[in-house]
Amino acid sequence: MFKYLCKRIGRSLLTLVIILIIVFSLLRLMPIEGYFPNYEKMTPQQIQVGLREMGLTDPLPQQIVRFFGDLLKGDLGTSRIYRANVPVSEVLADKVPISIKLGVLSMLVSLCLGIPLGALMARYKFRFFDKLGTLFIICIEAVPAAIYFLYIQLYGTQLLDVGLLFDAGNPRCWILPVFSMSLYNISFYGMWLRRYMVDESNKDYVKLARAKGVSESGVMFKHIFRNAFVPLAQYIPTAFLNTVIGSIYIESLYSIPGMGGLLVTVVKKHDNTMVQGIVLLYACVGVIGLLLGDLLMVLFDPRISLGKKEGDR
Amino acid sequence: MKQFSYRHTKESELMANLDAAAKEQAELSEEELFSFAEFNAAEVERTGYSNYSYWRSTLRAFLKNKAAVALLALLVLLLLFTFIQPYLPGQYDPNEIINDASGMQYRNVPPGGQFLLGTNSIGQDLWARIWAGTRTSLFIGLVVAIVEALIGITVGVIWGYVRKADVILTEIYNIIDNIPNTIVLILISYILKPGIKTLIFAMCLTGWIQMARFIRNQILIIRDRDYNVASRCLGTPTWKIMVKNLLPYLVSVIMLRMALTIPGAIGSEVFVTYIGLGLPVDVPSLGNLINEGRALITSPALRYQLLYPTIILSFVTISFYIIGNAFSDAADPKNHV
Repeated sequence: MFKYLCKRIGRSLLTLVIILIIVFSLLRLMPIEGYFPNYEKMTPQQIQVGLREMGLTDPLPQQIVRFFGDLLKGDLGTSRIYRANVPVSEVLADKVPISIKLGVLSMLVSLCLGIPLGALMARYKFRFFDKLGTLFIICIEAVPAAIYFLYIQLYGTQLLDVGLLFDAGNPRCWILPVFSMSLYNISFYGMWLRRYMVDESNKDYVKLARAKGVSESGVMFKHIFRNAFVPLAQYIPTAFLNTVIGSIYIESLYSIPGMGGLLVTVVKKHDNTMVQGIVLLYACVGVIGLLLGDLLMVLFDPRISLGKKEGDR
Repeated sequence: MKQFSYRHTKESELMANLDAAAKEQAELSEEELFSFAEFNAAEVERTGYSNYSYWRSTLRAFLKNKAAVALLALLVLLLLFTFIQPYLPGQYDPNEIINDASGMQYRNVPPGGQFLLGTNSIGQDLWARIWAGTRTSLFIGLVVAIVEALIGITVGVIWGYVRKADVILTEIYNIIDNIPNTIVLILISYILKPGIKTLIFAMCLTGWIQMARFIRNQILIIRDRDYNVASRCLGTPTWKIMVKNLLPYLVSVIMLRMALTIPGAIGSEVFVTYIGLGLPVDVPSLGNLINEGRALITSPALRYQLLYPTIILSFVTISFYIIGNAFSDAADPKNHV
């Protein structure tokens, strides 16, 4: 177990470093307007001097080494346009907790709603509830999130009698963003749990349980559900990434002062260092999320052998 | 059930042929039985002949799904209409700002009358813009789907067949799979100039790896099955093994991925446009239209500007999703006879 953990974490770290190098090199191609708040008024000489001061004229490997050095000290650079001359890490510090709270709530909601959905669909297979659930899943999977998020905001705020914009102090304001963010994962869990439960229900041990007279709900929840739930753990990493991406849209739609909304704002304002900081942070979140998901999966399913996993991922 | 009955008729047909052959044999006299028979091509075909054709069976299985067929018909009509629409009489240019007799722009005219679906906030005809937008979005979706399929299939086949490439490509997959797609999309659109080409490039940059992985997994599963080993022993050329033995198993996966890429690409376009990195306003797309409509949602009278593009977009994406799933079920040889 310990050996596997070390190996897995080491791999994640290596991946993270490679991703950071790729993203950082790509970001050197950013339009240079984004480094200066008053680009239009500057002469070419001033721009050159400014770039040299920021170390952007150095060769790329040197920049990368310096970047990792700064990163270890927790320095992500300085914002130039969004909030002039404030370190990026300081700007992000107030924003990240809100995003985390939103993300955790949404993961919980999607588990609490998605699992009953899938279980009930499998229980009433090919009956009315199953068809209704399938319709819901098709709509959520096929229609771009952008559209139903908009309509939920539009009609949900009227229904709940709250403003279009977010107010962290008002608990009713949390309902719609969290619910919207969970929708995709609800359908995701529902779809896969239904499929696994239907697969399980054709197996011999289920027939035996029925033959010896276990009640229908007993078969469903004691036998089928518990076995079908195990492979579902492998979707936790994906669900986590879905939540992360959903947050970019939801936060900017409701003007929630979190990291995702901030990304949209700084992209619109063309603040290069801010974009760089947030994009790198998101890349880290992706890697760490997948790592945690993998570890969770190991905890959930004792049948997964730890050593063999490398090949089939 | 239907599939079962189909097999049943097939079997009984075969049995009837065998019976007829046996009866003929019994009627022959001793002398005729022990003389050499002449080769007769028609007689050979009578027993043991199967008129199984992969594509015909696929088509038959697909046609059984009535809902998917109806959606496909509607989608084809919609596609045709997007191309015919500019040539119909009395259409406006999607980017033309229309003025009335006194030189005032027709701003936010409600649907009906002169403008079928009304006009937007600067006096452009929404009807023309919606169809031009559908054209742009479908174009992006189709190009992304085709490019991803081409790269994905090529890489996937190499990944599955060449054992040395497996290690390297799996590492590359692990890296690319760790970055959320949306982040790549935002990054590339931010670095490059906004436009259709940038969007397509950004979406294809990471999208192909999923297709390649599906193909690789399929090929790994079936490349060493007995019937493929047998084909190889019999000296069947590799391309024939690919086309006849492997392709039927891959078609279903490829079609499903392609059909799901199209709604995905359209959705990404909407998302990127929303965060301000999408297409310029003079290139009408569904993303642009929805974004324009979104800005007006606070006034209920103008919500038609959001409603109509979303209806078209939802219809297109749901149709592709359902048709893709139905076709992939139909194309899977396991669901044939």
